[in-house]
Amino acid sequence: MSVAADPVASVRVRLPDQLQRLARLEREVTVAVAGAVTQRSVLGALERQFPALRGTIRDHAGVRRPKVRIFACNEDISHDPVDAPLPAAIVRGEEPLFVLGAISGG
Amino acid sequence: MSGIRVLVGTRKGGFVLDADGKRDRWTVNGPFFAGWEVFHMKGSPVDPDRIYASQTSSWFGQIIQRSNDGGKTWDQPGLEPGDLPNFDVPPEDGAMPPKVPSRFAYDTSPATGKPLTTHQWYDGTPHPWEFARVWHLEPSLDDPDTVYAGVEDAALFKSTDGGQSWHELAGLRGHGRGDDWMPGAGGLCLHTILLDRNDPARMYVAISSAGAFRSTDAGRTWRPINRGLVSEMLPDPTAELGHCVHNLAMHPSRPGVLFMQKHWDVMRSDDGGDSWHEVSGNLPSDFGFPIAVHAHEPETIYVVPIESDSLHYPPEGKLRVYRSRQGGHEWEPLTRGLPQQNCYVNVLRDAMAVDTLDPGGIYFGTTGGQVYASADGGDNWMAIVRDLPPVLSVEVQTLP
Repeated sequence: MSVAADPVASVRVRLPDQLQRLARLEREVTVAVAGAVTQRSVLGALERQFPALRGTIRDHAGVRRPKVRIFACNEDISHDPVDAPLPAAIVRGEEPLFVLGAISGG
Repeated sequence: MSGIRVLVGTRKGGFVLDADGKRDRWTVNGPFFAGWEVFHMKGSPVDPDRIYASQTSSWFGQIIQRSNDGGKTWDQPGLEPGDLPNFDVPPEDGAMPPKVPSRFAYDTSPATGKPLTTHQWYDGTPHPWEFARVWHLEPSLDDPDTVYAGVEDAALFKSTDGGQSWHELAGLRGHGRGDDWMPGAGGLCLHTILLDRNDPARMYVAISSAGAFRSTDAGRTWRPINRGLVSEMLPDPTAELGHCVHNLAMHPSRPGVLFMQKHWDVMRSDDGGDSWHEVSGNLPSDFGFPIAVHAHEPETIYVVPIESDSLHYPPEGKLRVYRSRQGGHEWEPLTRGLPQQNCYVNVLRDAMAVDTLDPGGIYFGTTGGQVYASADGGDNWMAIVRDLPPVLSVEVQTLP
């Protein structure tokens, strides 16, 4: 279920280890998202707030990298439309949005 | 007292090894960029504190890192917040994204060669050109903000703003018949870039497995320089293209003399690459990856023989560097301080380098995580460090 976003939502984002190290961040960060809370708006806010993450989750054309997956409330939303509203629990900050590197060895 | 800084790229981060001019006590700094592959790190010849690093991941893409303090701290050039693109709204069709750091976009415009979009795949079919990673960074000989990048899928890029933005020298693919290039086992990678100190317009690159190429107009146009190479794996062993060149080396005082470790065969050219002849001589195997030239002896060269392309370890389980003081043909094994039994590591193409002290030093890293150094031209070796992640690259800076 989705709800109308607050004017500015505080969205929690969990980052994989490599990106924590790259941007010198903790495992979880909170980003301010204005307007609709979607994959696009959350990742955009994340990249603006932490520029070192630019090009890592989404490539330089803004497309999700093939080995990166996005989970919300235990659901894989990697292939959902990037402008689809995220679940209410994400919008309200009750659940984090998970950014994961796909498990493929190494 | 002068000092040595060894830049080591590994599968799981970068390391900076420091010693004074005696080269007998080492400090190991790092890992930097832990958990990421660091394919290559190299310092500017005119500003040794300026170092560029290729940090890469199959998951999270390519990052260019830059240090201005000799590797103590690093940043991504071009990350000024005001310069960031906005992906919050869908881009207009065909619109180029704004300038972004660590972005390597192939140039397909007709003006710079021809609009190449495919190379050959392993099975000979056309395959789209796809950027994977930066294999090699070669800082300019005279400007710390100018740096070249050899990338996979093979192409040559250049930055003139300290690594913030990159543009392709597309004439290499366009004039080098890039649509006929095919990948080697490690991918279609441009792994070697040689700049000529005596002629700023002349440069050489090597690509696996397309061959060697030369430009005499600062990278605008290129031509293959593979005459004399023989690769039995090819349908035409003397074809102009398709040779799996593993590494090139050149002494700064002898820019017309090139040395090559090919997939099989150690080769030499005395005419700037116009022709090559084999100098493998008495090597136990002429398969290998790196080749290096002594800093003060332009006819003294080094290779690390590897058993074969299917057995990526040294013959007889003995890790031996081979030195020729005659520019090839006659080789002597250098073993003192290196493991002479049960050694099954590999030494990759960018993982050997020399310093410019006197006597000249030589260094190499292994896939077993050892970095070995010799402060006497290879006669005696010691392990600087033994248990790093697999070593991808080794570069050396001789500091004043």
